[in-house]
Amino acid sequence: MTLPLYGKASTSVGFPSDNARSVIRLRSVESRAERHAADFALVKTSEQLERAIAANWGSVFVVSDGSIEKSFPMTLKGRMVAVASAYGYLQDGDVLGFDHLSRKFRALFRRNSAHNSFLVTERCNNYCLMCSQPPKDVDDQWLLAEIKDSIVLIDPATPALTFTGGETLSDWADFIEVLKSCRDLLRATSLQVLTNGRAFATSRIVDAWRDIRHPSLMAAIPVYASVDHVHDHVVQAKGAFDETILGILKLKDRGQRVEIRVVLHALTAPIIAETCRWIARNLPFVDHVALMGLENTGFAIANDAVLWIDPMDYREALGKAVDHLAAAGVNVSVYNLPKCVLSRSVWPHAVQSISDWKNGFVAECERCDEKASCSGFFTTGRPRFSRGVKAITSERHAVSATE
Amino acid sequence: MARFLPPEAFSAAPDGLSLLPFNLERTGTDQYLVANMVGDFVRLTSDELNRLIDLQVRPGDGLYEKAYAAHLITGSGQSAQRQLLALRLRSRMSFLRHVTPLHIFVVTLRCEHSCPYCQVSRQSTDRSRFDMSEQTAARGLDIVFASPSARIKIEFQGGEPLLNFPLIKTIVSAAKARSNATSKKVDFVIASNLALLDDAVLDFCKSNDVLLSTSLDGPADLHNKNRPRPGTNSHELAVAGIRRAKETLGPDRVGALMTTTEASLDRVDEIIDEYLQLGLDGIFLRPLSPFGFAIKTKQYEKYDGQKWLGFYERGLRRVLDINRQGTPFREFYAALVLTRMLSDRPVGYVDLRSPAGAGLGALVYNYDGSVFASDEGRMLAEAGDDTFRLGHVDTDSYSSLILSDKLIGVISSTLTQCAPECSTCVFESHCGADPVYHHATQGDAVGIKPLSAFCTRQKGIMGLLLDILENSPEDAAVLRRWAAP
Repeated sequence: MTLPLYGKASTSVGFPSDNARSVIRLRSVESRAERHAADFALVKTSEQLERAIAANWGSVFVVSDGSIEKSFPMTLKGRMVAVASAYGYLQDGDVLGFDHLSRKFRALFRRNSAHNSFLVTERCNNYCLMCSQPPKDVDDQWLLAEIKDSIVLIDPATPALTFTGGETLSDWADFIEVLKSCRDLLRATSLQVLTNGRAFATSRIVDAWRDIRHPSLMAAIPVYASVDHVHDHVVQAKGAFDETILGILKLKDRGQRVEIRVVLHALTAPIIAETCRWIARNLPFVDHVALMGLENTGFAIANDAVLWIDPMDYREALGKAVDHLAAAGVNVSVYNLPKCVLSRSVWPHAVQSISDWKNGFVAECERCDEKASCSGFFTTGRPRFSRGVKAITSERHAVSATE
Repeated sequence: MARFLPPEAFSAAPDGLSLLPFNLERTGTDQYLVANMVGDFVRLTSDELNRLIDLQVRPGDGLYEKAYAAHLITGSGQSAQRQLLALRLRSRMSFLRHVTPLHIFVVTLRCEHSCPYCQVSRQSTDRSRFDMSEQTAARGLDIVFASPSARIKIEFQGGEPLLNFPLIKTIVSAAKARSNATSKKVDFVIASNLALLDDAVLDFCKSNDVLLSTSLDGPADLHNKNRPRPGTNSHELAVAGIRRAKETLGPDRVGALMTTTEASLDRVDEIIDEYLQLGLDGIFLRPLSPFGFAIKTKQYEKYDGQKWLGFYERGLRRVLDINRQGTPFREFYAALVLTRMLSDRPVGYVDLRSPAGAGLGALVYNYDGSVFASDEGRMLAEAGDDTFRLGHVDTDSYSSLILSDKLIGVISSTLTQCAPECSTCVFESHCGADPVYHHATQGDAVGIKPLSAFCTRQKGIMGLLLDILENSPEDAAVLRRWAAP
């Protein structure tokens, strides 16, 4: 099942037309927290609406099938947004971006989710064959402005936030300012920044990054091969490998945390054992390596002929890859691949990594003993399933034990 | 949507490639072993090697990928390849940051054993002449605490150091006081045959966190033949001592070392089993050194490097068998070499490093106050050769010893990075300079390596380890564990 994270409000009242966008935080009607100008009472029933009015809420966010907003008292001065009941998952503490004119909104932050990520920009200097978020060369600096407004509204108890792109460091100076506000407001939150790392080849940028000094900031950087032209081809940018590796070295030289990410597809998976042996030998000081099943969406669909490989066909290589890293003491995880396509030796490294809003299972999974600890599948794009997808049951344990 | 480009669009221009430094050795009619600057190995055929040297490699031909991943080539506009090598070399050499971490005090030259292979020419009589004085010890400590290392180890040697136990106590307590005053951390080891181990010594070791290191050559008959003492009970006492020490101090607070004599050569399995039965977690298969009584009694001439290698290989395979049967047990020398071969963690092991460990890794304070660059150096002096005598505690300071022309001359002339035969050796990254050994055997600190049993042993061991890593997956997994962080 995929959660609808964006949509269009059916009604909105009280927003000025000069200010194109607002960031909205939802609050339960009963909330006694200090009210911020961006706070809206979250109303899902008529009774809640009455209580909101009684509690002097000047801003109300209605989730309903249309019945509540009709009873909205026209006399009330203030702001109102109404959205369809499909967005019933919205809760106290969630943060939305709202465009006044078009009435389009996006869920920017869901307080109860472990998978909150901010899209920083759609611009990128790579053009990866499998990009799930195909880059656009547009002026989207408003995204960063919206994030800046959101940070102050986010629950400081949030365990983790991800910043993704595009290339997050496209406007590196502005973005680093946002990370500095996280340092001041979200000290307990782990921050993960997805970046191609090329910007860090420039010492000035990596120095600015070091100066952020957030207690838990990680740069997650993709490395697709141990050889320059293979990586450059995957990311469709000549010279990218050299800059990315140099960027990783400069980050670690300054004591910064780095995760290496390898997306597994037909160009990277057959050589994954070699790539990981190389990482274990050359970059054993990185903080984490994530080996990630492909999300078949975005460019990955367009390049399906070049990229598709059944995970069963790299199962053994992946086992060796994990071995190389683990033996060198490198912290390694496998993301996005269901347990049934992984060697047993890889299981301890397999993580339930797929964001809650796009995570699903197939019918076969219902009989599987491992479902509760399995990554399952992406529901986005055009999911492709391995021939190895098969319920793991105690009978199968018994069979494989005697094999 | 912009068009995606094919793989060819990302290939380097052929004239944009250059070679990075590497060493090589021919290993068969058509086979070469090649090592990059930090000792990663690849195997190439002679055709591949020639194409590589001529830079006749292209992305997609397999050789390009092999050479690039092994840092043998780089695009001339690139810097990551060189930066990776620089970083890794820096890490490998960072043992140099800890200058003189080991200080050996020869508290007496007396011993109640009379081993024919003794490398230090022990004395049996005359307490006043062969014991270190308190005054000498105190001056030695002045030098110890002037060395820059933040963590130092003081090792008590002999003779049998327990014959001068009162001085050990004095030194430990004085060193602890100075450690508190300087925040320099100090560890202590007593290298003893354990024949004189008693409750007083054990209590002392326990309350002062002192490690014990002893000799165990194998089964009783072999050990006692190698290590005669009145009563022919050296083995019995050593084994009892190890057991008691493990019990009182903890299993990891006592270690044992063996020395290979001619009589050991056919008995490696029994020697290893002896260690295993004692519950020790590994063995260090050590060759005999050409010093002290070992030369005088002609022990050293009784077997050559090749014979010893045969012994070593049988021993290593026995150790691997033991692991395959489920008991973790290590050969410590292999573990050390493997750490060098499979990681970039700095290994400053005194006997296998370049710059040599002499002085920079260890200083030895002899019973009479003379200071040596290594334990073997004082052994040579007992036989009348003062080449590695750097000075005396009464007249020298730490810096006058370390900056002496003698030490600088020996170390700078023997760097494997520059020495003939070594600088081009495919194993250079994992080996070390042994000036004292080569001086002792060839009269020259550099030495002619093809005539050196040290060189034969190093190359033999590394070749053997590489062979197992490449061809025996199950054993390779064990070896990789030994090198794991």
